[in-house]
Amino acid sequence: MSDLAAPAAPRVPPRLLALGAGAAALGLLALLPLLNLLPAGSALAVSDFTVAVTGKWICYAVLALGIGLAWGQAGILSLGHGAFFALGGYAMGMHLMRLIGPRGVYGHPVLPDFMVFLGYRELPWYWLGFEHLPYAILMAMLVPGLLAFVVGYLSFRSRITGVYFSIITQAMTYALMLAFFRNDMGFGGNNGFTDFKELLGMPLNTRGARAALFYAALLLLGGSLLLCRHLTRTKLGAVLVAVRDAESRVRFLGYSVTAFKLTVFVLSAVLAGLAGALYVPLVGIINPGEFAPTNSIEAVIWVAVGGRASLVGAVLGAFSVNALKTWLTSFAPDLWLFALGGLFVAVTVLLPRGLVGLFQGRTR
Amino acid sequence: MTRILVLLAFLASALPAAAQDAFLDALPGLAGSFGAQAEAVERLGASGDPRALPVLRALSDGRLLRRDAALLLNGADAATGAPADAAGAEPVRINNRVRAALRGALGRLQLVSANPDERLAAADAVFRSRSAENIPGLEAAIARETVPRVRDRQALALAASRLVAADPGIKRQGIATLGEASSEDARALLLEARAANPELAAEIDAAVAAIDGRLAFKRAAETLFQGLSLGSVLLLAALGLAITFGVMGVINMAHGEFVMLGAYTTFVVQEALRGIPWLLPWSLPLSVPAAFLVAGLAGAALERGLIRHLYGRPLETLLMTFGVGMILQQAVRLAFGAQNREVLSPSWMQGTLSLPGGILITQNRLWVIVFSLLVLGLAFAAIRLTRFGLEMRAVVQNRRTAATMGIRTGRVDALTFAFGSGIAGMAGVALSQIDNVSPNLGTGYIIDSFMVVVFGGVGSLVGTLVGAMGLGVLNKVIEPWAGAVLAKVAVLVVIMLFIQRRPRGLFALRGRAAEA
Repeated sequence: MSDLAAPAAPRVPPRLLALGAGAAALGLLALLPLLNLLPAGSALAVSDFTVAVTGKWICYAVLALGIGLAWGQAGILSLGHGAFFALGGYAMGMHLMRLIGPRGVYGHPVLPDFMVFLGYRELPWYWLGFEHLPYAILMAMLVPGLLAFVVGYLSFRSRITGVYFSIITQAMTYALMLAFFRNDMGFGGNNGFTDFKELLGMPLNTRGARAALFYAALLLLGGSLLLCRHLTRTKLGAVLVAVRDAESRVRFLGYSVTAFKLTVFVLSAVLAGLAGALYVPLVGIINPGEFAPTNSIEAVIWVAVGGRASLVGAVLGAFSVNALKTWLTSFAPDLWLFALGGLFVAVTVLLPRGLVGLFQGRTR
Repeated sequence: MTRILVLLAFLASALPAAAQDAFLDALPGLAGSFGAQAEAVERLGASGDPRALPVLRALSDGRLLRRDAALLLNGADAATGAPADAAGAEPVRINNRVRAALRGALGRLQLVSANPDERLAAADAVFRSRSAENIPGLEAAIARETVPRVRDRQALALAASRLVAADPGIKRQGIATLGEASSEDARALLLEARAANPELAAEIDAAVAAIDGRLAFKRAAETLFQGLSLGSVLLLAALGLAITFGVMGVINMAHGEFVMLGAYTTFVVQEALRGIPWLLPWSLPLSVPAAFLVAGLAGAALERGLIRHLYGRPLETLLMTFGVGMILQQAVRLAFGAQNREVLSPSWMQGTLSLPGGILITQNRLWVIVFSLLVLGLAFAAIRLTRFGLEMRAVVQNRRTAATMGIRTGRVDALTFAFGSGIAGMAGVALSQIDNVSPNLGTGYIIDSFMVVVFGGVGSLVGTLVGAMGLGVLNKVIEPWAGAVLAKVAVLVVIMLFIQRRPRGLFALRGRAAEA
């Protein structure tokens, strides 16, 4: 993988090694739902919980990949990717809410429970069409992409870079969080969406549904890894790295920096939106808390821990930090925030190239 | 015949000398039939005698006792005040007619009560009940009143009562007085009267328009004050950032946590002074230097320990300080608990100040505005007038040259960062007065503070002042018609668009410093 200082120097053995390790890891992950079928007493058996949690991590890994693409390759640090993730989640959540149909508590044939409760007479216009899954998936990509386009266009055009851009994206997710907490937005306010019943005619919360969603997420992860990897190999990737390292110089060479940055930013937002769309049926809930600025910045630290200059690093970081989180919060929840804060400090001060940097050795 | 007697008694009551007799004359009636009781109550109410109030209250509450013809109150004869045995006495019973008479009489008597608050409440009650019968009593009360705020309300009540009088001349008087008021109540009364008196419509409309103008002014003034108050809070939170981020270029996401440390220092100082009662009222002023020191030391430690290793890498600094903020927050949560801590306000900060025109201003918010301007002045003086400020500006402009001139740049960095963090701590003292002191106190302010600094122009204290006040007022102006949340969103959008026009903020640095 390319590293911070000298992205051009190809070093074949580590790259092959990383590719092989990545493929092996994905293959191992693919085994999990199968092991889940084994009887509970068996040595290799995997619990439902493990499958669900790992599925969640895979979605996080896609989110991390999106952040890593923008930050590691193009030097755009977004502190608002949680917003794209949550918007994708809300799009899928709306589809799942529509599928509940008359099975809600109030038994209304069309309106979701919270709308009946709030006295809606009919579905708001922006809910129309969400009964179709392809439309919901399209929206899960389109809405985050459009938001990223607007915010990115306004920012990159005025050459808002570095920390200024980070703060603007953070303000963006903060504003969205405030907006989604409101009841009159028509997105369930405080409680968001939950109590989903089925997807594609398949009841959720069964072993089969979980395995299907797990494989879908794994497919998304593998696909986006390949896509991003391909991108970094093209001329686009080379220009992006140049923008990251010397933006003004690229601009003076005649490249439209705005267009390049916008492309990668929108793409990374779409990845985040898709990750969110798969995350919601896996965890069974989406609420405005997902927009919290802390979530976005936590996702950034996954990437930093894994190693931001490398795509695999982002994925690795998402898995390792979340594994640590799950393990630590199970027996000492008070310590988790110390550990997370400590990770922020340790990674930035001691390990700027992340876990991947440990394997790559010295290249400077 | 009895009606004439009542009327005579009523007229007689206008003469002070006759009033005392009226009380004694009317009192025995309370022991008679319901009809006689009602008459007696009317007469007592009209008497304006201070002795009548406790008797009528007791009657209303069922505490007035009678034995044969004698009335007993609290173990004494109601008429003479001589001690009397209450044995064998039974409560005086009343019916609805008497109760209705009691309500009016009590209201009239309270108008002459010795307690100004009671008189105020009575005036308000009369204002709401409004009947032409109250006019003479109110006129007498106004003539006697010495407390201005009570007199104002009585005048309003009088005007409201005049509005329902039969004589159009008296009605006009009422309309004129109400037209000078600036309250929603007066406006509603006038609109009600307009429907009942079509012939007075023109005058009433003029009076309503006058009230509307005054109400609009009042609303604008209150919005401005709320905006300035929010702006002063933003200014306090952003001033420290203007120094650490604006001057040094260090992005400190733990800034909000330094504010929070300042607020908790206030709490700790207050708890420590609980044992020294004479010092307790001064705990808030004493907290200011304490909070400056605590947050300043924390800032110096952060700069020397960690940030210094990350100079030139702003994104890493951002993430690292965010982690530090997380750790500080969790540490405070474990040490003090997650619930809100109560910081008391000294008496001179409590209550509201009412300005002419009915504009209400809460004292503590006023003090926060004053304090924020003081802190701004302090920061300005420290940067412009002291040796430390001079060295700081030198290091910002050109680190190497400053070093060759013998300035210890590392020390200046640490001091500058400590100074900015200390100001955050002082902001925490002020915020403890108007916000909940909880571990996540600072998180709510950090994004807004960055917006203020970016909006005002990085590296400019004047820009920070204008940015904070501008955003505060803008927020409060949008709020009434868009709601608090959408106002925040709208402000963010406005900033985004503003940055399109002026990417370097309102007060951009010019010349060499701009390239730093």
